[in-house]
Amino acid sequence: MELIDQHTKSIMEGCKERARDAGLCFEDETLEYIVTNRDLLELSPKLMIPNLYDYWVHDVEVLKEKGKYELYPSNPYETVINTRPAISYYNDNNPDWLNVMIFYHVLAHIDMFQNNIFFRHTWDYDFNGQALSDKRVIARLRSEKGRWVDYIIEFARGIDNLVGFHDTLARMPDGGRTTTTSKLDYYFDIFLQQHSAFKISHYIAEVERYNQCRRQNPQTAEDAFFAEIERQHPEFQALYQKYAERGPERSLDPIEHIMKHSPFLNREAHQWMKTVIQVVRLTSLFFQPQIRTKILHEGWASYWHEKMFMQDDRIQGHEVEYARVNAGVTALPRVGMNPYALGMRLFQHIEEMAAKGKRSFAYQRIRDARRRARYDQQTGAGQAFIFDVRTHYCDFMFINQFIDQEFVDRHRLFVAGKRLNRQRMTWEYYVQSRDAERYRQMVVDSLYHPPHVTVDPQRNENGRLYLIHHFEGKPLVRDFIANTLLGVEYLWGHPVCLETSELVPTSPKEEAQPQVAPTGQLPEAPRQPAGEWRRVRYTMEKRQLSREIID
Amino acid sequence: MAPDTDQTARTERLRREEREGPQQHHLPPREQARVGRQPPDVYSLNDLDVLQGIPPATPPYTTCLQSIDELLARDRQRAKDGFPRKIRVGRMIKPGTRGKEKVVVVPTTVEEKLIHDQVRDPQEEEQTSGGSGEGEPGEVIGEQPVRPSGAGSGPGQGEGGEHEVESSAYDLGRVLTEQFELPNLKDKGKKRSMTRYTYQLTDRHPGQGQLLDKKATLRRIVETNIHLGNLPDPDRIDPSAFLISPRDKIYRVLSPEKDFESQALVFFLRDYSGSMEGKPTEIVVTQHVLIYSWLLYQYARQVETRFILHDTEAREVEDFYTYYNSSVAGGTQVSSAFRLVNEIVTAENLARDYNIYVFHGTDGDDWDTTGAKTIPELETMLGYASRVGFSVVERSLSMTRGSEVSRYLKQSGLLEAKPDLLRMDVLNEDADETRLIEGIRSLISE
Repeated sequence: MELIDQHTKSIMEGCKERARDAGLCFEDETLEYIVTNRDLLELSPKLMIPNLYDYWVHDVEVLKEKGKYELYPSNPYETVINTRPAISYYNDNNPDWLNVMIFYHVLAHIDMFQNNIFFRHTWDYDFNGQALSDKRVIARLRSEKGRWVDYIIEFARGIDNLVGFHDTLARMPDGGRTTTTSKLDYYFDIFLQQHSAFKISHYIAEVERYNQCRRQNPQTAEDAFFAEIERQHPEFQALYQKYAERGPERSLDPIEHIMKHSPFLNREAHQWMKTVIQVVRLTSLFFQPQIRTKILHEGWASYWHEKMFMQDDRIQGHEVEYARVNAGVTALPRVGMNPYALGMRLFQHIEEMAAKGKRSFAYQRIRDARRRARYDQQTGAGQAFIFDVRTHYCDFMFINQFIDQEFVDRHRLFVAGKRLNRQRMTWEYYVQSRDAERYRQMVVDSLYHPPHVTVDPQRNENGRLYLIHHFEGKPLVRDFIANTLLGVEYLWGHPVCLETSELVPTSPKEEAQPQVAPTGQLPEAPRQPAGEWRRVRYTMEKRQLSREIID
Repeated sequence: MAPDTDQTARTERLRREEREGPQQHHLPPREQARVGRQPPDVYSLNDLDVLQGIPPATPPYTTCLQSIDELLARDRQRAKDGFPRKIRVGRMIKPGTRGKEKVVVVPTTVEEKLIHDQVRDPQEEEQTSGGSGEGEPGEVIGEQPVRPSGAGSGPGQGEGGEHEVESSAYDLGRVLTEQFELPNLKDKGKKRSMTRYTYQLTDRHPGQGQLLDKKATLRRIVETNIHLGNLPDPDRIDPSAFLISPRDKIYRVLSPEKDFESQALVFFLRDYSGSMEGKPTEIVVTQHVLIYSWLLYQYARQVETRFILHDTEAREVEDFYTYYNSSVAGGTQVSSAFRLVNEIVTAENLARDYNIYVFHGTDGDDWDTTGAKTIPELETMLGYASRVGFSVVERSLSMTRGSEVSRYLKQSGLLEAKPDLLRMDVLNEDADETRLIEGIRSLISE
């Protein structure tokens, strides 16, 4: 890979100045590389990170039909890499005007990488440099331990989508929460709530009593308050002492739990495995925010490349070519989703809403369509508002909060259904709904969302590891359970249980009769699938998987 | 210049450019590959592709092939270590760019994780996606055929051209045999000299070579010394007086030897009637490619193949490519193909020299619903063939359960009577490669 030439670099620097003037905020240094097809062959299996550790699966064409992005939550094929300095990749024969447009797009990406709080845990280090050191560590271990390094990578990657991304963010020093818990916090947050006879009325009464103590005598309020408690609960002081010594309990994600408590990994001879697992875990954590901000990211970048390039004098003479390229990127598809198109329009929409003061209760109360259309408070707060969204939102919040009927109607969006027409043997695409609620739900359903799996330490009996899948309406892919648990069992060293929910057919006879799908008429609300949801427990013991229904 | 005139001038310039410039207004050609694909989802688009037109890089197949041995060795090691195998091979890639179909082995694998599955009502077969534009709720805005049709969509269509199956089919056969432990075959006599050689230490060479032939050397020494007069009395030989010329030393050297190997003749038969269109054809030819590759390896490339297509009439075609790509609309008479095979075998007296295999692929349709014509032909064939294998691809959407061919084969009792000669594999049209290989195992196992 080679860097772009000086001429192109000067274009980039010019773009940076203008982007800064427009309000974008990013570090000075960036690296731009020309990539050839050969470079891409090496980069793409490594998620575009030049220094990612080697792993044999990268050499194999990986089947991706099943699960696609669920399995590869890394936006594997992006132009911009979130590292310090940010890296971006270019064709060697882009014309200058196209590079100007792409540079604006790239700068908006970098702006989001360096300002969106979901990326906070990636701000303090150079991932590419870290990856290089990780790669060396793994290469050294591989020379010592041989293929076992690859097994450990494989097994750790099996559960690397279950990393506690949000926990990691919450634990950041500027996570907005105090890490030390005072006696008072302990009383209200933990002691009262875990107390056997916990009642909300009692809790409120206690809050009131505390407030009263403060009103009577602010200086000694706490002493007076706790004097009463110690009379009622003599054990309180001891419990608090114990708690204070132990520190607040952090919730561990499955990988952390295994690393901390696995009898197998904690043997002297197996310590090296933890290094490997940690590399896999941190790599996964690094990519987590990227997949969760796809629409936000591409929308933001498309919003800015359009806005900036239309104002740029370098567009002159290339308006038509730009229009074509831009339409290819940001046109709403007739059927299908385009994060560029959707995100950009949503940013433009909310900017306008905020600028006109439409994000207010006064506006929401207006029922008259004409008055709604004319409503304009001229707040001038549009830009500030979208910058706030860029800083504090992820895809789910962005979609869930801002897709409203006005937006759906304005861009004539709809939920497209696909069904089989048996007479003609074709797939029919049809307009299913133009309801904002349904549209929003459809987008939300298509977003990346790994299953919520935690370890239940209470049920880790006899050395086994008990994983609980907190059911959210979707089962796990069954074919993958066996090999994933096999890996976990290896890392844990003892049997592993996974509790999940599955659809158990109630009457298998009904399924035998194929029904002809109704054609041409609007289907009602999604039908309940045949069968009922039951809790199921998988147990992996000595590399044998067993399954039982437990309720 | 006032901003207004500036603006007008600019607009005028743009208009002129559009009118006279090199830009064109017709739509860019729609990419063939995108037709028939799923509509894009949120994560299927990326910057490099949409902004700069850099498509995801696909590694050349040759690199995949080079590393396949290494990967398979790793996979065997996995089995030894007690972990399940992960490499899947036998995936057919058919790059259609230069109009040449090529069969290549690509190792594939999947990384298994705990991920969400789609909850889908099996009866409803419905997916939702986003959309934009005109249309009332309920209105159908477009449709897509369930089975691909038209040019360039898999087997059944396409122009003639060189088929390049051979080059990598051998590799595929090796991989199939090793990876899936497909059985090895019995020899059926060594009858015909082949053009292949094995190298053995058979030739002798004085003076230098790989291995000293002591007996021959001694004989030469004696001969030389008789000529020199060093051996006056044959009854009292004194070897210490012998002179040894360097040329007396006789060595054996490696030399090519003709080898005799058994050989196979495979008849591939397939129904190419209208009902086979789409998936069934694809499955049948894919399975036949796999069988062909396996035999190619088994017989160390000493495989001759004959390809026969039939609807109501059978005809022999010259190569795999035509076999793979032909399609007509027409009825189905399975017996016609079998009769043609019998005629060819008798006319060319093939049964004497070859192990004959017959593989027939069909969707199970036959106008001869009872098998009255097919069964006698089949019985004749079983008289000389080493194996006759039927692949019946049944349509999952067809209402009839069990096709004609599978029904009359079962009724004839031949499957039970000659299990070593006749096999049948009934597949679903959604069968994947693993299933296909499983099918091959049942078709060719001892």
